Amino acid sequence: MFKKSIFLTAALVLVAVLSFGMVGAQDISELTIWWAQWSPADFLQQVGNDYEEATGIKVTVVQTPWGDFYNRVGTEWAAQGSSFDMVVGDSQWVGQAVTQGHYVDMTEFMTSTGIAETVTPATLAYYGEYPAGSGSYYAYPTEGDANGWAYRKDLFEDPANMEAFEAAYGYALDVPQTWEQLRDIAEFFYRPDDGLYGIGVYTQDDYDAITMGFQNIFFSYGADWQDGTFNTLGVVNSPEAVAALELYKELYSFAPPGTNDAFFQEMNDVYLNGQAAMIMNYFAFFPVLASDQNPYAESTGYFSMPAGPGGERYAALGGQGISINNYIADDRKDASFAFIEWFAQEDIQRRWAELGGYTCNIAVLESAEFLEIAPYNAAFAETMTFVKDFFNIPEFGRLLEPAQRNLATYVVAGEGDAQTALDQMAEEMDAILVEAGYVQ
Amino acid sequence: MSDTRIVQIFILPTVILLICMNIFPLIYSLFLSFTRFSVISDAPPEWVGLANYQAILTDPRFWNNFAITGRYALVSVALQTIIGFGLAMLLRTKFKGSGILTTLILVPMMLSPIVVAVFWKLIFNPSAGIFNYLLGFTNINTSPEWLGQTDLALWAVVIVDVWMWSPFVMLLALAGLSAIPDYLYEAAAIDRASAWFQFRRITLPQVMPLLLIAVLFRTIEAFKQFDLVMGLTGGGPGDATETVSIRLYKLAFQGQYDTGMSSALAYVILVIIIAVSNLYIRQLNKARG
Repeated sequence: MFKKSIFLTAALVLVAVLSFGMVGAQDISELTIWWAQWSPADFLQQVGNDYEEATGIKVTVVQTPWGDFYNRVGTEWAAQGSSFDMVVGDSQWVGQAVTQGHYVDMTEFMTSTGIAETVTPATLAYYGEYPAGSGSYYAYPTEGDANGWAYRKDLFEDPANMEAFEAAYGYALDVPQTWEQLRDIAEFFYRPDDGLYGIGVYTQDDYDAITMGFQNIFFSYGADWQDGTFNTLGVVNSPEAVAALELYKELYSFAPPGTNDAFFQEMNDVYLNGQAAMIMNYFAFFPVLASDQNPYAESTGYFSMPAGPGGERYAALGGQGISINNYIADDRKDASFAFIEWFAQEDIQRRWAELGGYTCNIAVLESAEFLEIAPYNAAFAETMTFVKDFFNIPEFGRLLEPAQRNLATYVVAGEGDAQTALDQMAEEMDAILVEAGYVQ
Repeated sequence: MSDTRIVQIFILPTVILLICMNIFPLIYSLFLSFTRFSVISDAPPEWVGLANYQAILTDPRFWNNFAITGRYALVSVALQTIIGFGLAMLLRTKFKGSGILTTLILVPMMLSPIVVAVFWKLIFNPSAGIFNYLLGFTNINTSPEWLGQTDLALWAVVIVDVWMWSPFVMLLALAGLSAIPDYLYEAAAIDRASAWFQFRRITLPQVMPLLLIAVLFRTIEAFKQFDLVMGLTGGGPGDATETVSIRLYKLAFQGQYDTGMSSALAYVILVIIIAVSNLYIRQLNKARG
């Protein structure tokens, strides 16, 4: 009798547990998205609030400072954890996340729903596809982004400045069309005695800042990280790359003091406090320059990357796609797919763009309305046609380290010369690629 | 149930916790140090023998990291000892407000290192920081960039570390000084011993054991120093302040996740710290007689 009771109780407990599990599976009440700490994450939270209103499912966007974002996600991957349902991951992560099984394959979802057709091909390729050209997708392009420039129109359009510039350089002061012109303008506005400096460029070596800043010139000068067969020797340290690096260091010499560890925040800081005549930054960080916080908001203009000596223009790609964590339960994956499908709708993407998010939706991007929403949107739309990225293979983090270190050592620390820095970088990258089996 | 069994049952949870949280990770990381392995990869650890240790001990970059750490530890601990002991000597004699002053001096070591790093980053800023101004550099275009120049960055970290941790040395030295019996000085005064003689033969030997403990703690901490350097310079500019702990962090986490190599480096650091600690402990035992 006693044994029977125990079995009965155990059976009831089991049924109760299973029932609870089934109810839970059908009724996801909240979703968690991990992203870096910046304004677009706040905008996504607002869109998430709309989703809660529409469906009753609460969406929480958890933000981590950029410097720690990759580490935090990487640690979660290592633990095969389920702390987040979706992550808005950097474009460079895709290779690693896919080959190591951290992202859910979204190919069927993206193609069957037609979502793949709604975003620009470049963003789909860079943010979502792996391997390149495979047609396999692992992320929905969420935040399109790239490097651009903000400049002080009041300085550029000042008659005295225009006259002095033309007298000194032989051509009119205007938005630079080439990197050489940009250098001249930076030099022209380098007036330390007046507290004004020519330019602000990325120099931080914590994660990828200095590499991203340098890439803008590097690619435009005709250089590249590899030759198509993952060979870096003679490529990373080509004469074009050396010229690009020398120019980057020269630009840094026109930057305000104290920008030796500068990324997006420091760029906006030196602009807002009137120290810099122009700054590079990701478009995602420009909203503050168009706000009341910027005393020069009315006279702030924006332009896209100038051309290199061969006329080529490239901008370092930023931006991220939203992916689904492979380590969550199937019902949570389904709920995540449902959120992304809702988020990808044109009217929601329009709302996303209105809030300040950089949509990758073709229809929204092409609308006159989008170009007028913000003063930097026209430059952004133009830039997204010539973006280029760093390696996105699983070893990107290891490859980034010698790039960051050697660039910072030459540009910021001022040690050695450009050729030596790039020779060293090429050799170190080659060793990593050989060890990983990309190069025999 | 016997008393022994009851004792064992009570101890068991702690033992299990220790094995899970300390012993197992220690042994597992030792195993990983002989493998090629990335913790975020699906691939299992691949046995490579002593290759990781060989790579560390033959790579000039690692030796540079050790050299930077050694320089930093040596200069920082030496300055902390001198300043801390000096402050203790000054505060040894009670005066009006000495209690409040001692408490105020102790404040820096109670702060979070990362908060200290963020504040000092602003203080060192050549445009807006007060440090250069206090040194008399009023022109921001010619004033030094403490965190941006390779020859100054390590000094900047040392300055902050000394500011933060000299009070710790002071505290221990004060404890040692207050324990010296007055009759020793009285006897020396009767014998007309000079102040320098009293300091050399009474004060210093009596306070030495506690001072050595302070130096031991500070040296170990300096070798492990991470948060302050990470917050101030991140190891830069270039690799001018890349201590072994920063290198270990970059290797283990930042973009690389080279778990095998970083485990090996962690063991090399552990061996060095144990060796240095042993040297100090021997000296401490000698000082105690």
